[in-house]
Amino acid sequence: MATTDLSERPAKKLSAAATKRVLPGFGLSLGISLFFISLVLLLPISGLFIRAAGMGWEQFWFVITDPRVVASYKVTALAALAASLFNCVFGLLMAWVLVRYEFPGKRLLDAIMDLPFALPTAVAGITLATLFAENGWYGQYLADLGIEVAFTPLGIVVAMAFTSVPFVVRTVQPVLEELAPEDEEAAMSLGASDMTVFRKILFPALWPAVVTGGALSFARSLGEYGAVIFIAGNSPYISEVISLMIFVRLEEYDFPAASAIAAVVMTVSLLLLLAINVWQGRYLKRLHGG
Amino acid sequence: MSIEIQGINKFFDNFQALHDINLTIPEGQLTALLGPSGSGKTTLLRIIAGLETPEQGRIGFSGKDVTNLHVRDRRVGFVFQHYALFRHMTVAENVAFGLNVLPRKERPGKPEIRKRVDGLLEMVQLGHLADRYPAQLSGGQKQRIALARAMAMRPEILLLDEPFGALDAKVRKDLRRWLRNLHDELHFTSVFVTHDQEEALELSDQVVVMSNGRIEQVDSPLELYGRPDSRFVFEFLGQVNVLSGRIRDGVMRQGDAWIRLPEGCENDDAQLYLRPHEVRLAQAASDQSHLPFRIEAINLIGAEVRIELKPDGWDCEELWEVGISHTEFNARQPQRGDRCFAIPEVGHLFCEHDTEPKTLEWKRR
Repeated sequence: MATTDLSERPAKKLSAAATKRVLPGFGLSLGISLFFISLVLLLPISGLFIRAAGMGWEQFWFVITDPRVVASYKVTALAALAASLFNCVFGLLMAWVLVRYEFPGKRLLDAIMDLPFALPTAVAGITLATLFAENGWYGQYLADLGIEVAFTPLGIVVAMAFTSVPFVVRTVQPVLEELAPEDEEAAMSLGASDMTVFRKILFPALWPAVVTGGALSFARSLGEYGAVIFIAGNSPYISEVISLMIFVRLEEYDFPAASAIAAVVMTVSLLLLLAINVWQGRYLKRLHGG
Repeated sequence: MSIEIQGINKFFDNFQALHDINLTIPEGQLTALLGPSGSGKTTLLRIIAGLETPEQGRIGFSGKDVTNLHVRDRRVGFVFQHYALFRHMTVAENVAFGLNVLPRKERPGKPEIRKRVDGLLEMVQLGHLADRYPAQLSGGQKQRIALARAMAMRPEILLLDEPFGALDAKVRKDLRRWLRNLHDELHFTSVFVTHDQEEALELSDQVVVMSNGRIEQVDSPLELYGRPDSRFVFEFLGQVNVLSGRIRDGVMRQGDAWIRLPEGCENDDAQLYLRPHEVRLAQAASDQSHLPFRIEAINLIGAEVRIELKPDGWDCEELWEVGISHTEFNARQPQRGDRCFAIPEVGHLFCEHDTEPKTLEWKRR
């Protein structure tokens, strides 16, 4: 029996001939892609940072640590965290149902999943606000239970969760579809209960996707504006979100301050996505070898 | 443990995958389920394991009815074609999985589990890989780990679904011998599915040949090869040369070809099946037979020289194949395109209205 030790493999050597690409059009397609990315992404982002940098460090710090703005960071971050955690659970459940079971209306449900993306966020916001208002369809029953949703931070969570749930569903769904049924069967033939199979076999395979979906959902929620402002109530220090603060500064024609706050949000989102990518890369490498 | 299978019928929607399967798999033997793809062999194996439920019929383990027992309670070891190792666990964690998920009361202590895992990895000769992840192993190593994992629960029945199907030829041969030795040592009841006739004949004590959801024949490898019951088994197991013709006055004819039959049916269409080793090559026809050929191809690789023959003046669906020794080949030096004659020594005659063959022998003159 030949047992190949990985460390014994000769190091890969790439000669110039081996690196020559077979597929044509690399230069052109990469060039066009980079050009458009620069045009629609990198340029505006650098504009933002340049604008913010124009105001001097002390003033920048003053603007972004304004108590009202700091309160809005907290509200936004906590609400986004709550919304994305909810979405991790609910999104996983939705993806599970859509992949694992056959039922009438499955295709329709699958299509409806994308609705939060397709719907103008303002429409979503108004709808949610109406539903959860004290005399709305849901609001009146929740009011009986003493729960206020509309015009409170809880409303922000609802709006954020609604607009970002597809992120989790759509990242988990393909991973779930790819899972080999043999893994579960193998675990069951070894005596594992359904719960053990989920905890020890399915979840470890799914959770990178759940975390990625959750992070996307979180990043999206940080910047959500349209859906949130209609239901948030927007009272200073209680239910104001960052995107609203940016808007307020813009209305005051204080462009540098708006850019400064925007730069903070931007940096946080970017760092978060980067961290998730690095972490996930490591985890997947272990799974697939490399 | 023996396995009793009674009256199993299995449907997938409107397709009937298994038709009334009755079979007993004796204790302590290695049994092969052999058949082409779509013959229902994997479905039968999965029903034995409890991974599929039959619409009708009954499965018993040593007389105990397990038909309605869940797979996790049947205590069988199951090995999958594509290994189904848990990718996020190390090799040792994979092997320990079955022990780790036992209810607390039955679960052995950590040191005991560690000891058993080490023992199992030693058994599959992969102790040095305990802390690797499956992605870092070769196919043959993965399959041995999968086997160790299935053996961890000390099952009395081991089921293997095309265990060597995804491996290359050399590794497959090694692993086959190794499984045979392991089985001889431990004496569990094993059933494995394969579409490779060579594998089935080499490895097993008993072969179950299946086609279209039915059992064609159950026999030892020797009996199966020497005395197939049906045309299907004949054609599926090894190379076979066929002459179709009409019998009149004890002579079977087709075109220029004819054979005098020692016995047989009269005035009937028939097929004569001959294994490559049951035919001799000669430069001239005998008084018993006249089967002219042209040599189409010569294959020198292997213990024998295999010669493919194209009928000359008559027809057959597939080319005939005859094996001659290298010595004979070197002495005679046949060339492509040469004319020669096949002289039958033993043959199996299927008359049109019979399903079972008659075995015929011609005396050498």
